[in-house]
Amino acid sequence: MAVLRVKFTKDKRDKLAQVLWILNWISVVTGAILFSLGIFLKVEINKRWELMAEKDIQYVPNMLIAVGLLACGINFLGGKICYDCVDTTKFLRWKLIMLPYIICTFFFTFCVLVGALMCYGMQSELEDALTMGLSEAMRFYKDTDTPGRCFLKRSMDMLQIEFKCCGNTGFRDWFQIQWISSRYLDTSQKEVVDRLRSNVEGKYLMDGVPFSCCNSNSPRPCIQWQITNSSAHFNYDYQTEELNLWMKGCRQALLDYYNHIMRSIGLTVLITWLFELSVLTGVRYLQTSLENVLRQGDPNCESDGWLLENSFVETARSNLNIIKNLGKCNQIDTTNNGDPNINIPSTSKADYGPDNVPPKQIPADS
Amino acid sequence: MAVGKVTFTKAEREKLAQLLWLLNWISVLTGVILFSLGLFLRVEIQKRQEVMSDQEILYVPHMLITTGLVACCINFLGGKICYECTDTSKFLRWKLVLLPYIVCTFFFTFCVLVGALMCYSIRNQLEESLFLGLRNAMRYYKDTDTPGRCFLKRTVDLLQMQFQCCGNAGYRDWFHVQWISNRYLDMTSSDVRDRLRSNVEGKYLMDGVPFSCCSTLSPRPCIQQQVTNNSAHYNYRHQTEQLNLWRRGCRQALLDHYTSIMRSIGLIVLLIWLFELLVLTGVRYLQTAMENVLRLGNPDCESDGWILENSLAETARSNFNIIKNLGKCYQVDDDPNINPVS
Repeated sequence: MAVLRVKFTKDKRDKLAQVLWILNWISVVTGAILFSLGIFLKVEINKRWELMAEKDIQYVPNMLIAVGLLACGINFLGGKICYDCVDTTKFLRWKLIMLPYIICTFFFTFCVLVGALMCYGMQSELEDALTMGLSEAMRFYKDTDTPGRCFLKRSMDMLQIEFKCCGNTGFRDWFQIQWISSRYLDTSQKEVVDRLRSNVEGKYLMDGVPFSCCNSNSPRPCIQWQITNSSAHFNYDYQTEELNLWMKGCRQALLDYYNHIMRSIGLTVLITWLFELSVLTGVRYLQTSLENVLRQGDPNCESDGWLLENSFVETARSNLNIIKNLGKCNQIDTTNNGDPNINIPSTSKADYGPDNVPPKQIPADS
Repeated sequence: MAVGKVTFTKAEREKLAQLLWLLNWISVLTGVILFSLGLFLRVEIQKRQEVMSDQEILYVPHMLITTGLVACCINFLGGKICYECTDTSKFLRWKLVLLPYIVCTFFFTFCVLVGALMCYSIRNQLEESLFLGLRNAMRYYKDTDTPGRCFLKRTVDLLQMQFQCCGNAGYRDWFHVQWISNRYLDMTSSDVRDRLRSNVEGKYLMDGVPFSCCSTLSPRPCIQQQVTNNSAHYNYRHQTEQLNLWRRGCRQALLDHYTSIMRSIGLIVLLIWLFELLVLTGVRYLQTAMENVLRLGNPDCESDGWILENSLAETARSNFNIIKNLGKCYQVDDDPNINPVS
């Protein structure tokens, strides 16, 4: 009735222990890889924290870092155990630890799977954070004299140059905000005053973009002022001109970049999860076969190894009973007020043997 | 009279051979490092070949690549030889090869040293090449419709943005070059025609720079047109404005970049040269010690090892004589078949 029973000779057990020792050490390396992937993702997110609104997306790299460290620790212990399991006498040392170790590793692999799924699930939160963050950054682009916001111009310029993008969804986003500070506007000039008055909120809006939107592939010098006015520039048609500015929006550019990173990391974590599962299965087989060897007494005989001793349903039922009894242990016994020293008079009929004669009372000495 | 004489017991000889075997394998690794340093330098120079007028400085990475490959082979052979030198019988196989091998390795280490010194000496040539290359690139910046030059605009823009520089020596170099193509100049406009006529060569010059010269550190939007005209922009003085455009010239920026790379590479090559010299000295000692063992006849006895058997002057003299006699061999001697009258 055991689940997936396999017979192991002594040679097979030794070989299994050796293979598992190597696999556990490879798993330590994959744990280190997981850890470094988590650190890499954390660094990449922190690099652009100014352009992301306050959303809790740090939980994904933190999860990966924790899982990576745990993997190193668990697999290091597993390697030590498997190394000792070749010898039956050394196995006795680890006998009591092995079942808790296997259960812990099982829950740990579940955490690895959750980590992999998180990588794929973070995308929508990231999109929200970027949308809000970029619109804030563009709004405060001009505030280079306000402490706490003075670096946003530089961040935005570097972002647009590096990722070859312009604005939030496109270059027109710059037409709707005032990105030139009032410090550099000559309010004595008529045009400036007219433009300020024509806007409801008194903002200086125009169809121009910062220099960082300029496309380096353009064959002509960059047109960043009066973009929508085809007659302001010689030989220029604004509807057909595609090479002048970057056409992609920065939100899309950053999303593509981060999605690519997370997909690669998610795939690596999934592969690590499958690997850990296979190592765990091997360790379980090793544990059950060595325990059967001890039960039979002869270190050189064949023994069975399995995943579960009884069927899945029976194992679940017995485990539930164990948990229930653990619960019952803690209930207080109320019949004697708890004191076992009180003699409870028996209410049932006494049994005086086959002839039913009560014993003689021994007279006390006077 | 021998130079650097050291006495070796049998155990010491064997230990020396094993140590040299290990060192030779480490030298194979350093040869691979040399090779990859040469490749890296070549790639870096090729990346910016468009702003360099000539590619003659490629001889430095080529030298490093060749030296790296030769180092791998020489040290691989040396490792094999030293492995077998622990056994006197196997040493006989290599006896005749060993001296030529040592002489070749000596000249090879000399090449490594030359490679290291080259890295420090090409600065002037590089500067000249960059000056001419950048000047041409800026001159052809506007020719985006000419095949063979159409990519220069993009190259210069990316260069100025990446290295945070502007122009050849500074941003004023752009004032002497027409960087806007005639295709985008409205010839019907009187301003344009006046400007073209005011210049001797008919070039459209102005005090403006391309957008790639704009500094990202500036607190105000970039001023790239009428840079020297204070009244054209509100609250602007071009004499005191430091943050608007990149101040450094691209020639200086590229020179600094390449000089730092070459200094690091030169230092690593010098260290590799010292290591090779050390290995060579060890192999020479091993060779002389083993030859003396053969001369004495007893494989277990002590023997001397040295760098040169006689003093430096005597060795030089005897080598000259050998070379002179080699020369004399080729002189036509009288026919030995004729019996000279005594």
